[in-house]
Amino acid sequence: MKAGSCNGSRKSLRRLVEPLIEKFVALNGALAILFVVMIMAFLLRDGLPVFRSVSVSKFLFGRDWYPLSDQFGALPLILGSVAVTLGAIVIAVPIGVAAAVYLAEIAPVRVREILKPTVEVLAGIPSVVIGFIGMVILAPWVKGAFDLPTGMTALTGSIMLAFMAMPTIISISEDAIVAVPRDYPSGALALGATSWQAIIGVTVPAAKSGIIAAVMLGIGRAIGETMTVLMVTGNAAVIPHSLLQPVRTMTATIAAEMGEVAQGTPHYYSLFAIGLVLFLMTFLINLVADLALQRTRVRR
Amino acid sequence: MMKLHPMAKQRLAFGILSLSTIFVVLPVLAVVYLLLSRGLPAINWTFLTQPPTNMMREGGILPAIVGTIYLIIGTTLFALPLGVLAAIYLSEYAKPGPFTRLIRLSIVNLAGVPSVVYGLFGLGLFVILLRFGASLLSGSLTLAILTLPVIITASEEALSSVPQSFRDASLALGATKWQTTVHVVLPNAISGIITGLILGIGRAAGETAPILFTVAAFYLRDLPRSIFDQAMALPYHLYVLSTQVPNAPPRIQWGTALVLLTLVLGMNLVAAIIRTRFRRARKW
Repeated sequence: MKAGSCNGSRKSLRRLVEPLIEKFVALNGALAILFVVMIMAFLLRDGLPVFRSVSVSKFLFGRDWYPLSDQFGALPLILGSVAVTLGAIVIAVPIGVAAAVYLAEIAPVRVREILKPTVEVLAGIPSVVIGFIGMVILAPWVKGAFDLPTGMTALTGSIMLAFMAMPTIISISEDAIVAVPRDYPSGALALGATSWQAIIGVTVPAAKSGIIAAVMLGIGRAIGETMTVLMVTGNAAVIPHSLLQPVRTMTATIAAEMGEVAQGTPHYYSLFAIGLVLFLMTFLINLVADLALQRTRVRR
Repeated sequence: MMKLHPMAKQRLAFGILSLSTIFVVLPVLAVVYLLLSRGLPAINWTFLTQPPTNMMREGGILPAIVGTIYLIIGTTLFALPLGVLAAIYLSEYAKPGPFTRLIRLSIVNLAGVPSVVYGLFGLGLFVILLRFGASLLSGSLTLAILTLPVIITASEEALSSVPQSFRDASLALGATKWQTTVHVVLPNAISGIITGLILGIGRAAGETAPILFTVAAFYLRDLPRSIFDQAMALPYHLYVLSTQVPNAPPRIQWGTALVLLTLVLGMNLVAAIIRTRFRRARKW
């Protein structure tokens, strides 16, 4: 009985190894924390040195972004991101939430089985492909429709970003609506409400936290999107006064300029500082979204 | 204001809702149609197997395809073990509490970090600090971190959906927790893990911003020979063709876009097939 004889020692070995394995697995579990901290640390390390060349308020509120002559006013970039994102959200939220309500409450099962994969396809299209389509199809159209000198405008970016934010908005809103207990609308229906009255008066308000989370995540997706805006918004670093002019976002600035700067120059640091601003903005947005989602979970 | 009958109002509202949905779906179909109708004519054996020639205005896209495949392999090698181990911790070992809550919050935030910020991080850590340079290694590591949240979330869901009774039976037979996890829980969750992996890697394969400063090359005559070489990649190549090459023929641009989309959506499709296959074959 060879197996039996070494069984004892193997068992004690296992008893030794098992806690080690558990430690190793826990270490891997903590990786996510480690990476968030490291990303933050690297942005701080390479971003903060820019404030040796420019003050914090000059950086955040300065109106001139001319890195070649050491002028690092990021306000046009921040406002460019905000303008394009706001435009995208104004388009994406009503359409996205309406589509979510349709998919969750109204669409017949068959129709839903066709539509949902289509929305997933939209989520899967790489941003550089969306940017390419925006460049060659939408931009000429915007140019003609508004009689502009160029079709590369904030509006072009907003429309393309709206489509990129929609899958997020639709799927999370839909989950929230589906998760509303059926008793809620049933009560309204029993009192004589029409299906629509039950949906708009009871089900959708009950899914409010989830829908807010969906909108926040949509904003986060839009503000962090890089390639599409880089390719379609014209990249002029000026403070936007209308959606029909070229703008330049924070993301596009990093992507366009990082390839040309020398490491350790104020310009290099300034791009990391923009990354830091971007990181903090998305961090806050995600935090709010997570809290909203947490609320929906607690209530049920 | 005219007062509508509630049923008429309902018909109007439902009409608006379905219109909105059509407004989401139609552009997707239009994009796919455009890519097929304008991209397919470009695709032939030469296009897929030859490097670009004549300042990228002729020839094929082989180096970009190969580069993207190398990046897919590299990303998988790093992201799969790390992601699955993290998921095993969350699903099998973690106890509810502030530490676990912090991990989950970090995953959510990692998923929300803009892709260009991953690019900055990869540049700072892998390219410069660790001196990997702009290389397949730096690019794969950067994409792996970007993919982690997707893989962790999907794998954890797959692991947690394995019934508790499976674990109890194994533990009752004297298996340790780790043996139970490796021999009982993991095999039963494998389809969900693979689905998550393919979805995550598919997304990474289509990303441009994270590889801009960590691996992507404008043009290389030769295919990369080591993990420390730069590489061309499909998404970056499409960006270059659309913005950096004056008078690039549209045929080649659309062809590149179609190959990229086919690769990414193809991976999504494979994931969807695995998911439905295994769901049907599930024993519980």
